[in-house]
Amino acid sequence: MAQHQVNYLKDGGLPVALTSIDKVVNWGRSNSLWALTYGLACCGIEMMASGASRYDFDRFGTIFRASPRQADVMIVAGTLTKKHAEFIRRLYDQMTEPKWVISMGSCANTGGMFNTYATVQGVDRVIPVDLYLPGCAPRPESLQYAVMMLQKKIRSEKAIKAQKPKRLM
Amino acid sequence: MRSYTPKDDVQKKSYYTDRYWVAPQVPKSDVSEDAVFAADHAELRAHFEILEAYIQRDQMVVYIHPKDNYAVLEFLRDHCGYTQLSELSAIDWIAQRGGFEVFYQMLSMTKRKRIRVKCFIGENEAINSVEKLFRSADWSEREMYDMFGIKVNNHPFLKRILMPDDWEGFPLRKTYPLQGDEFAAWYEVDRIFGKEARDIIGPEIRDAARVDRYDTERFARLGYEVPKGTPFDPNQPKTSLAYQEEGGVFLIEGFDEEKSTIISDRKR
Ligand code: SF4
Repeated sequence: MAQHQVNYLKDGGLPVALTSIDKVVNWGRSNSLWALTYGLACCGIEMMASGASRYDFDRFGTIFRASPRQADVMIVAGTLTKKHAEFIRRLYDQMTEPKWVISMGSCANTGGMFNTYATVQGVDRVIPVDLYLPGCAPRPESLQYAVMMLQKKIRSEKAIKAQKPKRLM
Repeated sequence: MRSYTPKDDVQKKSYYTDRYWVAPQVPKSDVSEDAVFAADHAELRAHFEILEAYIQRDQMVVYIHPKDNYAVLEFLRDHCGYTQLSELSAIDWIAQRGGFEVFYQMLSMTKRKRIRVKCFIGENEAINSVEKLFRSADWSEREMYDMFGIKVNNHPFLKRILMPDDWEGFPLRKTYPLQGDEFAAWYEVDRIFGKEARDIIGPEIRDAARVDRYDTERFARLGYEVPKGTPFDPNQPKTSLAYQEEGGVFLIEGFDEEKSTIISDRKR
């Protein structure tokens, strides 16, 4: 027992209760990762296949949403052109916190084979990326693995952290 | 097919030795060899000045003066039956001849023939739009402007079509570097964060194939993942695929590689 008076609700006391909340919140978050449909090129086809019946993303709680306001994770699947870069940034900014980004495929990771003037050489130049998924294109199984890894990462985070937006700069 | 050469040292030297290979010219034949083309050519010559004409790969190629382009295409459409403009673009000859060759690929469905109308314009010269004759020319001419910087007179909406509106330079010119000039290299950074962010974000990394196996922080092999910052160990054992922490997750069944069956027979 604390000798001094603790304002449990205000000072972030009650460590045991808080870890439980962490667990509960993160359990909820990690199992309802709603993804923003972001198919930019051929990787998008694999992303769609992951969402369809054979690979069935729904059983992970990953449901594709067409609006950034409803999405938690942005799966950047494909080649990001320089013309499109500002829109991906805008959509990322429109997503509500907490949010995560999976960069899917070589193109999104590094620009891939498009070593040209018109391709952004890695989406991490524009938005902060949590998980890089290699492959050209990664099979749906790999994307599932990536989502599981992201779930694992979310579970290890603090649920109630100061809501500091992730920024590149 | 190109013969196989080991590409292990792909980062060190260029392995495409046939990069500047010049293809042999396809033989040209005289216009008179094809009756249909000969008739078209005679009709055209009666109305316009034809600089050169020949048949190549069963298509007639006609060189005209650039000022005639609208009239020639109109004539071909209305009098010779070439009712489709299937393609329109330009070829950069600035280094060799100081200008562009603009070509119009025409198709006649009734005659089942194709004609290519070509004209040569100087680097800073403009060409007349044929958008009033063929709607397909609208976007093609915009693309020609976008990629080569060729101005098109009387075009209803001459604006870049592929590249962003504020792009600098014309990417299909031979002088444009494949990996972009400085403007292209910083385009997305300047546009989104502003020029002052260049130092923070840093230049583009163009070597996409670079994998540093000793850098375990940024490169991980599937099945051999290590915690962040662990030194590289060549004898590292394969970690079994696990996506859950020790102890599992509430209500979620964990995947156990040992207990699972790996199907090797696809037809099972
Ligand atoms: S990584 Fe490969 S499959 Fe994916 S978008 Fe790029 S080229 Fe297409």
